Amino acid sequence: MTTADTRHLPDAAVVRRPARVRLLWLLLTLLALAAVAVLSVAVGSRTVAWADVWSALGGADGTLEQAAVTKRIPRTLLAVVIGAALGLAGGVMQGVTRNPLADPGILGVNMGASLAVVTGVAFFGLTSPTGYVWVAMAGAALSAVFVYTVGSLGRGGATPLKLALAGAATSAAFASLVTAVVLPRNDISGSFRLWQIGGVGGASYERIGHVLPFLGVGLVICLLSARALNSLALGDEVAAGLGERVALVRATAAVGAVVLCGAATAAAGPIGFVGLVVPHACRLMAGVDHRWLLPFSAVTGAVLLTAADVVGRIVARPSEVDVGIVTALIGAPFFIYTVRRQKVRAL
Amino acid sequence: MPRPSVLQEVTRGRVRNASRRRLIALVLAVLVIVAFAVTLMAGQTFYPPRDVIGVVLGEQVPGASFTVGRLRLPRAVLAVTAGFSFGMAGVTFQTMLRNPLASPDVIGISAGASAAAAIAIVTLSLDETQVSVLAIVAALVVALLVYTLAFRDGVVGTRLILIGIGISAMLDSITSYVLSRAAEWDLQEATRWLTGSLNGVSWDQAVPALAALVVLAPVLLTQGRNLSALRLGDDTASALGVRVERTRITLILAAVGLIAFATAAAGPIAFVAFLSGPIAARLVGAGGSLLVPAGLVGALLVLVADFTGQFAFDTRYPVGVVTGVLGAPYLVYLIVRTHRAGGSI
Repeated sequence: MTTADTRHLPDAAVVRRPARVRLLWLLLTLLALAAVAVLSVAVGSRTVAWADVWSALGGADGTLEQAAVTKRIPRTLLAVVIGAALGLAGGVMQGVTRNPLADPGILGVNMGASLAVVTGVAFFGLTSPTGYVWVAMAGAALSAVFVYTVGSLGRGGATPLKLALAGAATSAAFASLVTAVVLPRNDISGSFRLWQIGGVGGASYERIGHVLPFLGVGLVICLLSARALNSLALGDEVAAGLGERVALVRATAAVGAVVLCGAATAAAGPIGFVGLVVPHACRLMAGVDHRWLLPFSAVTGAVLLTAADVVGRIVARPSEVDVGIVTALIGAPFFIYTVRRQKVRAL
Repeated sequence: MPRPSVLQEVTRGRVRNASRRRLIALVLAVLVIVAFAVTLMAGQTFYPPRDVIGVVLGEQVPGASFTVGRLRLPRAVLAVTAGFSFGMAGVTFQTMLRNPLASPDVIGISAGASAAAAIAIVTLSLDETQVSVLAIVAALVVALLVYTLAFRDGVVGTRLILIGIGISAMLDSITSYVLSRAAEWDLQEATRWLTGSLNGVSWDQAVPALAALVVLAPVLLTQGRNLSALRLGDDTASALGVRVERTRITLILAAVGLIAFATAAAGPIAFVAFLSGPIAARLVGAGGSLLVPAGLVGALLVLVADFTGQFAFDTRYPVGVVTGVLGAPYLVYLIVRTHRAGGSI
């Protein structure tokens, strides 16, 4: 199997993006982030005049409109933070597994986090928000290790096909375990059903505060492993020849990605496909150098998730479509497109 | 004494294998019949074999006529039918795509039926028959869509599987969105479409599924030899005289039809299509068609799992939850084993 990164490139010009072009793209992405963030505060099921938005941002919450805007601020923050985490995690996962289809949703990591949280709530009386994060992270880590081990058994190592199948089958198995746990417990089934979809609707500053430290740690680990991921992209032998300790690098980067996924899932429920789509789009803008690609993925992930949340609020007025659904509807066609573009042998 | 020639030894080996396969199929069939009989007799109240046979033959037996004739018999018939359909369709896909994980529950066909049913129940408030029809149509449409999207200079198994996984993720998110907006009473019915359940089954549901099995199973069985040839790869199969695309489309249509009708009646009973083939392969051994053994294993799985779900726990679990929980550890074992061997089922 050739390395994933070279396979994606249309031509050599993209590889050698001059730094100026990259900076321009980064600036544009940041502008886009600012724009969707403003939209996310201003737009919602209740129409609010710009003057009210402005005064609410200044701290006023006298009228109903201003109060609505005040509630939208943490929601926007959460969407930005979670989107960045998922985009970054996706970029790292695709680098670690050298697999263009890697995504926390496809690989069953999100479902692992769900199962862990449900088990914790049902059997161990889990209630504290920090507890949620730890448990979700443990679940995400266990299922990531499991899916990766299972997918890399046998001939050819971890091919995209084997990883995706192992992930899909594991997700299905976990889903029925979740049903088995939730079904006899009416008290938790209602709230869990909502959590299982993935959304940022119930955001609060508190909830963001609980996951922020974890996200920070994951972010640092991921960004620090960027250089090593560049070597990994050349293949394990070459990377080892360049002096990387391949297994260690891979494990560290994977830990960073899993921490990000687990914390994101604990805060917003399982949100799929952001980690899949974002790195692909970013490769077109930033090239394949992970030191650029990873920050790009974080910013673009934030843009995508916030935009998806805004779209979800507009399309079904006065009700809302949860952001996890919107990302799946955008992301799955993209996944199919990526699959169709691959050469058969690469799968 | 003259030594037997190589040819004779090979022939003798084949005969031995064939009779062994027949014996195992027979044992499986007997087990299915026993399990069927037990589910008819046992339950909240026990009826002796004499009463049950009487009811099946159409006599009026006080008490038993209702409990056995109206409640347990359709339920057991549907269990056998759905299990057989899932088993046969599952092993067809697994053999054709040469991957034990490529069962209809993984590649989006069950997800299509589920999403359609959820929309029909919750959003459109249709009645039972309309829901079933919609689910069947949706399963066929999704199968066709996956096949079309995977078509590029012919269909390659790997691409078909991956595209199926993508479609299935999209459909699942639609299902969960619809369910999150559902009222409590709709939810009860809709959960059947997530896990699969035989609760409250009547003849209205059992008969269409049975009819589909009677029509479509022979189609699969007559294609059994071509199916085995497809397993050798498209090039080899066409060199052996199999019309690859035509055979594949026939197989897919028949298998999807079985899945669709069984799902419409009982919901997507998790992992039955997935487990039956590999279990049958383990029991029967290599060579020969796995269709009938897989169907029998599927029927046995659903019968036993449904009985266990009804009576073994404090809560009455739908059959799909039991098969799902049984399926998870077996899945692990299966993936580890087949991938180590590097082969298909």
